[in-house]
Amino acid sequence: MPSSHDWINKPLGVVEAMFAQSNSNPEWEAKVLEYFKGQLKEKESHSWVPSLNDVPLHYLKPNSLVKFRCLVQDMFDPEFYMGVYETVDPSTKANVLRCGKYKDVTECGVDLNSRNTVTAERQTFYCVPIPGESPWAKEISFLSAARVVPSTSYVPSRQKRSYEEDDDDMDTQPQKQREPHTEPHGNGDSKRQETEAPSSQTTTPSDCSSHLDLNFPLPGERGPACLVKVYEGLDSFKLNDTLEIYGILSVNPVLTVLGEEKDPSLLLLNPTESMETPEEQRAHDPPASLVPRLHMLYARPLQHNNPLLPSAPTEDQSAFVSSFLVEMASVRAELLAYLTHVLLGDGLAAEYLLLHLISDVYTRRDVLPLGKFTLNLSGCPLNSYTERLYQIVQQLVPCSYRLSMSLHTMNSMRLVPKKDYVANRLVSGALQLARNTSLFLDETQLEQGQLDSSGVRNITALGNLISWQKVDYDFSYHQMEFPCNINVLVTSEGRSLLPSDCQVPLQPQVTPPNMEEYLTTIHMAQFTSQINKFRVYLSLARTLDYSISDEVTKAVEDDFVDMRKDDPQSVTAEDLHRMLVVARLLSLSLGQTTLSRDGWMRAKHIDMLRRSRTEQQKSLNGNEP
Amino acid sequence: MDRSKISTPTLRCFVETGPDHLCINVFSSVLPSEVDMSSPLMYGTPSSRVEGTPRSGVGGTPARQRPDLGSIRKAPQVDLHSEPPSADGAVASEQALGQKLVIWGTDVNVGTCKEKFQRFLQRFIDPTSNEDENAGLDLNEPLYMQKLEEISVVGEPVLNVNCSHVQSFDADLYRQLISYPQEVIPTFDMAVNELFFERFPDSILEHQIQVRPYNALKTRNMRSLNPEDIDQMITISGMVIRTSQLIPEMQEAFFQCQVCAFSTRVEVDRGRIAEPAVCRNCNTTHSLALIHNRSAFSDKQMIKVQESPDDMPAGQTPHTTIVYAHNDLVDKVQPGDRINITGIYRAVPMRENPRQSNVKSVYKTHIDVIHFRKTDEKRLHGLDEDSDQKLFTEERVQILKELASKPDVYDRLSSALAPSIYEHEDIKKGILLQLFGGTRKDFSQTGRGNFRAEVNILLCGDPGTSKSQLLQYVFNLVPRGQYTSGKGSSAVGLTAYVMKDPETKQLVLQTGALVLSDNGICCIDEFDKMSDSTRSVLHEVMEQQTLSIAKAGIICQLNARTSVLAAANPVESQWNPKKTTIENIQLPHTLLSRFDLIFLMLDPQDEAYDRRLAHHLVALYYQSEEQIEEEFLDMAVLKDYIAYARTYINPRLNEEASQALIEAYVDMRKIGSGRGMVSAYPRQLESLIRLAEAHAKVRFSDKVETIDVEEAKRLQREALKQSATDPRTGFVDISILTTGMSATARKRKEEVAQALKKMIQSKGKTPAMKYQQLFDDLRGQSEAAITKDMFEEALRALADEDYLTVTGKTVRLL
Repeated sequence: MPSSHDWINKPLGVVEAMFAQSNSNPEWEAKVLEYFKGQLKEKESHSWVPSLNDVPLHYLKPNSLVKFRCLVQDMFDPEFYMGVYETVDPSTKANVLRCGKYKDVTECGVDLNSRNTVTAERQTFYCVPIPGESPWAKEISFLSAARVVPSTSYVPSRQKRSYEEDDDDMDTQPQKQREPHTEPHGNGDSKRQETEAPSSQTTTPSDCSSHLDLNFPLPGERGPACLVKVYEGLDSFKLNDTLEIYGILSVNPVLTVLGEEKDPSLLLLNPTESMETPEEQRAHDPPASLVPRLHMLYARPLQHNNPLLPSAPTEDQSAFVSSFLVEMASVRAELLAYLTHVLLGDGLAAEYLLLHLISDVYTRRDVLPLGKFTLNLSGCPLNSYTERLYQIVQQLVPCSYRLSMSLHTMNSMRLVPKKDYVANRLVSGALQLARNTSLFLDETQLEQGQLDSSGVRNITALGNLISWQKVDYDFSYHQMEFPCNINVLVTSEGRSLLPSDCQVPLQPQVTPPNMEEYLTTIHMAQFTSQINKFRVYLSLARTLDYSISDEVTKAVEDDFVDMRKDDPQSVTAEDLHRMLVVARLLSLSLGQTTLSRDGWMRAKHIDMLRRSRTEQQKSLNGNEP
Repeated sequence: MDRSKISTPTLRCFVETGPDHLCINVFSSVLPSEVDMSSPLMYGTPSSRVEGTPRSGVGGTPARQRPDLGSIRKAPQVDLHSEPPSADGAVASEQALGQKLVIWGTDVNVGTCKEKFQRFLQRFIDPTSNEDENAGLDLNEPLYMQKLEEISVVGEPVLNVNCSHVQSFDADLYRQLISYPQEVIPTFDMAVNELFFERFPDSILEHQIQVRPYNALKTRNMRSLNPEDIDQMITISGMVIRTSQLIPEMQEAFFQCQVCAFSTRVEVDRGRIAEPAVCRNCNTTHSLALIHNRSAFSDKQMIKVQESPDDMPAGQTPHTTIVYAHNDLVDKVQPGDRINITGIYRAVPMRENPRQSNVKSVYKTHIDVIHFRKTDEKRLHGLDEDSDQKLFTEERVQILKELASKPDVYDRLSSALAPSIYEHEDIKKGILLQLFGGTRKDFSQTGRGNFRAEVNILLCGDPGTSKSQLLQYVFNLVPRGQYTSGKGSSAVGLTAYVMKDPETKQLVLQTGALVLSDNGICCIDEFDKMSDSTRSVLHEVMEQQTLSIAKAGIICQLNARTSVLAAANPVESQWNPKKTTIENIQLPHTLLSRFDLIFLMLDPQDEAYDRRLAHHLVALYYQSEEQIEEEFLDMAVLKDYIAYARTYINPRLNEEASQALIEAYVDMRKIGSGRGMVSAYPRQLESLIRLAEAHAKVRFSDKVETIDVEEAKRLQREALKQSATDPRTGFVDISILTTGMSATARKRKEEVAQALKKMIQSKGKTPAMKYQQLFDDLRGQSEAAITKDMFEEALRALADEDYLTVTGKTVRLL
C-alpha cells in the first residue's frame, strides 16, 4: 500500500495531525478541507476511493474515506457537538485537547466542565442511493470502481459464510450481526469478491429492511442508506439534491449500544432521553451496521449520474463533449432508427420520444417551468407492450421508474412524501425523485372503478407534477412546495386523463404476431457499445447550452403572426410555447446550440404532422357512437 | 399537580386538602433545618394560613421555584445571595456592600441591576403602545406600575415585560438580560416583589411575582440558532407540532438517614442528584435513602416546535426544536398553534455512562420557556393588522418608500406582477389592487357589521389564456394564499369540517381553504366546474366575510376575510361574443354581483397583438440569467411592498375624493336612467371605494385622493365594458351582472309575450290550443326569429298573469 494513500485509509489521522499542529487556531478546519479537496482533484484519485454504492458495508474499513452517490432524502435538525474537548491522559495525567470533528464518539474521560470545550454545529442528512438508478448505471460504475477493491481487503470465502450466519442471526438474534463488521478482515482472494459483491448487496439490505424501514422513495429499492454528518456549507444543500459525498465512514458499534440501552431509573432524572419516542430513535439512530454514518469532507453535486460521462465539469469534459459533438448527428440517426423499431415503425412517435428523453427544466420564470416536455403516447397496444417499452427506456436512461397506474396502486400507493411527526422524519413517496429521472406512467393498466380520496390526491399530485414540475409535500399542518425536474412519459390507450405538453397517437406500421419476441429481437440486435453511445448521447444533449439569435426570433414571430392570420382558433399561445420547446429540443438533439431557421421549420413541420394525427383521431372518436 | 409535595404518612391529612392548595416554602428565607422542624405548619393551605397569621410582604409570600431558569441558587456568588433576606434594611446594606461585586462569570451586579429594573418599572412610559395587552391602561402613566396594580387586583403573580421596552429604557440592562437571563431574571423577580409589597403591603398572592420577559429583540429564526446562543435569552417563532404528557420533574430530593432518621434535601442539578454519601448527623456512610414522596416535583412538558413555513429557505425541510414548558405554562399551547417563544437556549451533554468509556460527542439542545405568545390567537376575534409580524429592516423600508415615491409606481408594480404572462395590463392592475385590499371599516356599533375591505376578482375567458398561471402566481406571491380547483373541492373542503382527532379521540374542527386564507387570497380555479352546493357557501364569505358552521354540535362563526380570485371557463369551451357574461359562464348572478371586477381574458385575434405576444414568449425562452435574476429580486421586493402597505397603510377618504366618488356614482346611475335601466347599484359604489383605497395604498398614501378615484373608476369601467356589455345593443348594462338579464332582453321578452297574447286573442274563443301549433303560428307571425326558449318564456309570463295554463302539449285559456 503506498503511503500516499493514507488519506484514504486513515483520514482521521490526517485530521488529527492538522489539529495538533494548529494550536487551536480555527484555520485548521479550512486546511483540512483544502487538503482533501486537493487530493481528490488529482487525476483519477477519486476513483481510488471505495464507494458505498458498490462495496458492501462489511468490506469497508471503519474510519476510512469512502464515497457515496446519493440523494438527500431528509434533513434532520442541526446538532451541537464537542468540536474540541479536553481529556485526561491516563498515563501522564496531563490534560489533552482533542478534536471531536468528523467523529461520532469521544475518547474516554471527557472533562465536561472544561473551559476549553468548543461547541460546534453540524447537521445530519439522511441519504439514500439515487432512486430508480438503472441497473446498467450501477453495473458500469461498479466495474469502473472495481480496480480499487483490493485496497479494502477482505476474505471472500470466510465472508461468504458469515453472510449466511448473518441471515440466520437476523431472525433470532438481531444483536449479534453487528459483531463481524467491527473485526478487521484479513487478506484474501480479491477476484472472487468482485463477482460476489453485487449479489451480497442485493440480499443483505433487503433482509434488513424488514426490521427497519430505510425510507427509500421507491418500493423495492436496495442499497445502503446513510446518515451524513455535514459540517460546512449547510445552506448550499437542498432536499433531493444528488450528491457524490466523500467522507469518513463511521460504523462504531457504540452508536447502536447507546441507543438501545435504556435504564429506566436514569430516564427519570434525565428527561431529555425520554423525549424521543422509540420511532424517533429508530429513525434518527438506526444501528450503524445498517445505516452507517458518513462524516462529510467534500461533496460534489451531480449534474447526472451517467457513469459513461465524465462527471466533473473539468477540461476533459469539454474535450469529451466536443469530440462527441462530431458524432452527434449520426448517433441521433441510429437512435431514431432504433426507437422507430421499438415503437412499431412509427417514426414520428420515435422522434417525439427522443425529444422527450433529452428534455429538461432548464429554468423557471416565476411559477412557470420552462423546458418541460411531458409526452403522452396514446394508442399503445395492450398486453405488456408498455412494460417492454419501459424496459427499453430503462436501458437508455440512468434513472427511471415505471408507475403502473392501476386502480389499486393509485389508491394505495404513497406518491407524495409526508412528514411523520412521531418519528420526526420525512416519510418518502414515489415522487421524491432525483432530477431528470424518467417517470413512466403506465395508464394502460388503469381499469374501471372508483378512486378513493387518496387516489384522487395521487392523481392531483401527478397533475401538479406535470403542469408545474413541483410536488407539494405533506407536512400535515401545511404543505410545502418542492420544485422538481422529472421527465414524465404517459402511455395510454386513449387520451390520457393527466395533462401533458404533447400527445402523440401511436400509429404502428407493423403488427408483429409476437410482441415480446419482436421487441427482444430488436433489443438483442444492438451491441452494448451502441447502446452505450445512445446513453452518452441522451445525457449529453441535455447539458448543452442553447440560445436564439435575434434574427431567428424575428422569423419565429413573423411565422406565428402568419399562422394566426390563417386560422386564429387553432394556433394559440400554448402552441407557440410547445413549438418553442420542440424547436429547442430538436436543435439540441442535433447538437446545435442555436436555433436555425431550418430548425424552426422542422419543429413546425413535425408539430403539424402530430396535430393532424390527433385531429384525425378526434374525428375518428367523434364518429363513434 | 403543581409543585406538590406529597407528605409522609404522618402528614397525610394535609395532602387531602388537594394538591393545588399545597404550598411549600422551600426557597423562602427559612433554612432547611427549620423547614423540617416546622413542617406541619408549613403545609397549611394559603387560606388557612391567612386566617392564622396574615401574611404579606416579600417574606410572607412564598417564592416559587423557577425551573425555567434552571437552578438559581447555583450561581457561585460568594458575597451575595440571589435570594436576599426579606428585611428592607438588609437590602440597603447589601447594596452598599454589593457595589463592586458581580455574579461569577457575568458582569451583573445584583444591587445595581435591581435598582435599574425598579427604576424601569416605576418610570417606563410608552405613549405609542398599541398592544392589545395594554388595553384599558392609561398610556401616559408608568405602564408597569399599572400592571402591578392589576396583579394586586387579579392576583395572578406574573409580570410580562416587553424586552423592547427594557431596551429603549436601558440598553445595558437589556444586554445583561439577554446574555445572563439565568442570573438577571431572579434579580428582576426580587426587585419587582420588593416594589410590589412596598406598594400593596396587604395583598395576598399565591406565590411571589415572577417576571416573564418576552419579545427579546434578538428574535431568531429557528434556523439561525447557533452554539453562541447557548444559555442566552432568545425569542423564536414557530408552530407547535407535538406536546407530551405532563412530566413530574424532581426539583429537590429528600434523603433520610436510615440510621438516625436525619433528613436532608439536595437540589437537582442539571438533571442529576448528588447523593450524600455520609450522614452529617451520625456520620454513617451510605445510610441515606431517597424518600420519593417527600421530594419536591414540578410540572414539565415537552413541546416540539417546527419552523413556520414562511421563514424557510426554499428546498429545505423545516427544523424542529424541543421546548420545555414548566409549571403554569404547561398545557398552554396545542399542536397547530403558531407561537412566539421566549426562553433560554440550552445544550445538555449526553449523559456519561459509567459503564462506557467513550460517549457520543453530541449535545441535546432545547429551550426552557419563559414566555409563550400565540401569534394566531387574535385572529379568531377582532382585527389584527399586526398579526403578520413581518419585520422590515430600516434599509428595506427605505427601499420601499423610495419605490413608493416614484410617480409610476403603480405601473411598475403591475408590470412586475407575473412578468411571464403577456399583456392583460388592466387585469394585472386589478389583481394588484386586490393584493393591497381596501381599508377595514368597522360599523358594528351601528349594526352594519364590518364592511368588506377585500376585493374579489373573477377572470373568465377562453381556455389557454394563462388564467391558471396567473392564479398560481398570485398564490405563490401572497403569504397566506390558498389554491383550489373547483373540480376537486367540495363545500366542506372550502369551509370547515369536523373530524375525530386520531390521538385525542375528540371532535375537532378542521378548517378549509377559505378559512385558511383569512387575510390572504383564495385562488379558485375552474370556478364554473364547482358544484352549486359548493358555490353557495361562497355567498356568505364574499360579502359578510364570515363562515357560519353548524356541524356535529359545533356551531360557530369563523372569520374568512379572504379575497377571492376565481377563474372560469365559458360553458361552450369558447367564449361566445354574442352572449352575455352570465350566459357564457352560467354562474348565478347573485354570486357574480359579489365580484368587484370581472375581467374577460379573451384572445384578441389581432395581428399586432400576436406579434407582441410572440416576441414576449420567445424572449421568455432565451432570456439571459441576469435578467432572470433581476426579476426574482422584483418578486421579493413586490412581496415586501405589499406586506408593508397592508400592515402600515390605512388610507381614508378625503373630502375631494368623497365628492369624486359621489359624482362617479351619480354619473353611473344617470347613464342607465336615460334608457330605462339601472346601470349602477350601491355595491358598485362600495367596490369603487375599495379600489380607490387600494390604489392609495399602492402609493403609500394615507389619504384617498381624486387620482385614486379616477383610477378606480377607470378600472371598473374597463371591467364592466368587458363583462357587462349587452351583446345585442353594445351598451354597458350592469343588470346583466346583477339580475342575470339585460334590460333589452327583458324588454324583448315582454314584447314576445304581448305578441303571443294578441295572437291568442285574435283567434277568438278557443279554450284549448295545441302547443306546437301555437308555436308555429307565432313564428309565422313574428318578424324576428323566435326560439323555443323565447316562446316558452312568453307562455310562462302569460301563465303568471293567470291568462292561461300549460298542461302537457295543450294550452288552455282561463
